[in-house]
Amino acid sequence: MYVAVKGGERAIENAHRLLASERRGDPEVPELSLGQIEQQLALAVDRVMTEGSLYDRELAALAVKQSRGDLIEAIFLLRAYRTTLPRLGTSLPLDTDRMVVERRISAIFKDLPGGQILGPTFDYTHRLLDFELAGARADVTITPVRSEAPPESTEIPEPLPRVVDLLDREGLIEGESSGDGGGHVDDLTREPLTFPASRDIRLQNLARGDEGFLLAMGYATQRGYGRNHPFAGEIRLGEVAVEMAPEELGFAVEIATIPITECQMVNQFKGSATAPPQFTRGYGLVFGGAERKAMAMALVDRALRCRELGEEPASPTQDEEFVLSHSDNVEASGFVQHLKLPHYVDFQSELVLVRDLRAGQSARSSR
Amino acid sequence: MSYNFAYLDEQTKRMIRRAILKAVAVPGYQVPFGSREMPLSYGWGTGGVQVTASVIGPGDVLKVIDQGADDTTNAVSIRHFFARTTGVATTTRTDQATLIQTRHRIPETPLRPGQIVVFQVPIPEALRWLEPREVETRKMHALEEYGVMYVRLYEDITRHGRVAQTYEYPVIVNGRYLMRPSPIPKFDNPKLDRCPALLLFGAGREKRIYAVPPWTTVKSLDFDDHPFEVEHWDRPCGLCGARGIFLDELIVDDKGGRLFICSDTDYCSRRQAVRPDGEALS
Repeated sequence: MYVAVKGGERAIENAHRLLASERRGDPEVPELSLGQIEQQLALAVDRVMTEGSLYDRELAALAVKQSRGDLIEAIFLLRAYRTTLPRLGTSLPLDTDRMVVERRISAIFKDLPGGQILGPTFDYTHRLLDFELAGARADVTITPVRSEAPPESTEIPEPLPRVVDLLDREGLIEGESSGDGGGHVDDLTREPLTFPASRDIRLQNLARGDEGFLLAMGYATQRGYGRNHPFAGEIRLGEVAVEMAPEELGFAVEIATIPITECQMVNQFKGSATAPPQFTRGYGLVFGGAERKAMAMALVDRALRCRELGEEPASPTQDEEFVLSHSDNVEASGFVQHLKLPHYVDFQSELVLVRDLRAGQSARSSR
Repeated sequence: MSYNFAYLDEQTKRMIRRAILKAVAVPGYQVPFGSREMPLSYGWGTGGVQVTASVIGPGDVLKVIDQGADDTTNAVSIRHFFARTTGVATTTRTDQATLIQTRHRIPETPLRPGQIVVFQVPIPEALRWLEPREVETRKMHALEEYGVMYVRLYEDITRHGRVAQTYEYPVIVNGRYLMRPSPIPKFDNPKLDRCPALLLFGAGREKRIYAVPPWTTVKSLDFDDHPFEVEHWDRPCGLCGARGIFLDELIVDDKGGRLFICSDTDYCSRRQAVRPDGEALS
């Protein structure tokens, strides 16, 4: 009568086979190509690359496909691949002044050098389902934009000054910290997180952090939990060059251009005993067009700088240990879901205890 | 392309071995290490797998258990992982294994010198439920400030007349560090004390490794008038008749029918093999 929990091995094999078949779905429906995912689900790919900490559109598309569109699972797949890669070196800091800008907006000046460039944004779309997209021939109605661009756009563009640098010239905003280690960059994926975290570790953690978590934390700062009076100083999206300066070469070489979104929040600051009143910064940077994430990251970055700026931390959004320890969705997803694993030994111990305690109580009450 | 022996690259193994050496040198102290992202989910034993991968050699014989059983799905999965990435021999027999990775149990068969047991640890910090901040708990360990844990146990006694902690029962290692013995039932705590085997604890998500070297004293916290005691069952194993071991409870029907059997499947099946009648008891 004893039903054994044996057969784990075959159960796992069968589960994997079933999963593979569910992933493919109805074989009558054509299989997704990686190119389709990369091109048409580009923002899913961007998110997976950002939180997976690896810029590789093709592998990210593969991860999205393999995970059946479960993006946290896709991020996990990409991370588990990334962890095996050798570290060849550290790139130079990206120069976002020299970005080939596709979108650039500032909420704090009506106009500014370089202008406001709306770019590809959902912002002013009406969220009405576009039933034309449902049809197979939806593409026909789309006029290609890029091919109409004037030929001079291939020329090297003028550097586009960042809004915060314009403020900086007047000393109205705090100077940008040049980092802690003089060129050395800590690597969160190689060293355990310790507190207090350095600026590079904090930003790495937030860049890898779950979009939903950061969105909620950033939102909370706007509703009074660690309020920091933000203005969207500038958001820019476009291609930047990644450069490395190998020691044996002695000069920098460009190894890639990648699309990124950068967000600079400008926050009010009344000043402290040592610092005059000036604006402070919150910073967000992500791969591709993950703009919502970049903005949330900038809000949370600023909130976490409270100690450094002499503000009294009063809410979880300003608590470095709380935020940085719980931002990672691969860790969080694993630990939440590990509750599915058998725990019957510990539960048996609890059963023994609860039965004993109840027996003791009823013996006492019957006396 | 193929993966390195035991999946991890040699530089990573060296980093983890250094953490292990430090952990052995300071018994019970949690050593932070650069835990890697592994191809299995956090919470599934990433810490244990990294420790095992760093100490395993071609001559090892590996046993993997979860809840005391060799055939639970996650034990099967991890055993497969190492069989595939190392090609080492695997076994279900505790006495034949040189390396045992476990989740939630210590085998009933006494361990022997030379064996290594690797525990999968979800939350390494013994003080975590009392103080959520790592910055604070590290300070408390440094100052050996463990009064809060005694107060917590005392509060149980005032409320229930006894300590109501049944698993991850706190211990003091080598008279110095407070340690959370992974979530093993307190039934297994006495097996930690002066254990002939090397006990290694790996927490992947929390990025900590700690250790109890062979023959180290491990004392479960208690009071003179409320000495530490373990669970006991008033019946033997329904399959092999063993007494004084940890029993699992199976619900066999919807009328309150229960079967109690050994949690340690290797121990139970070997006892059944030597029983003359071979029949299950009920």
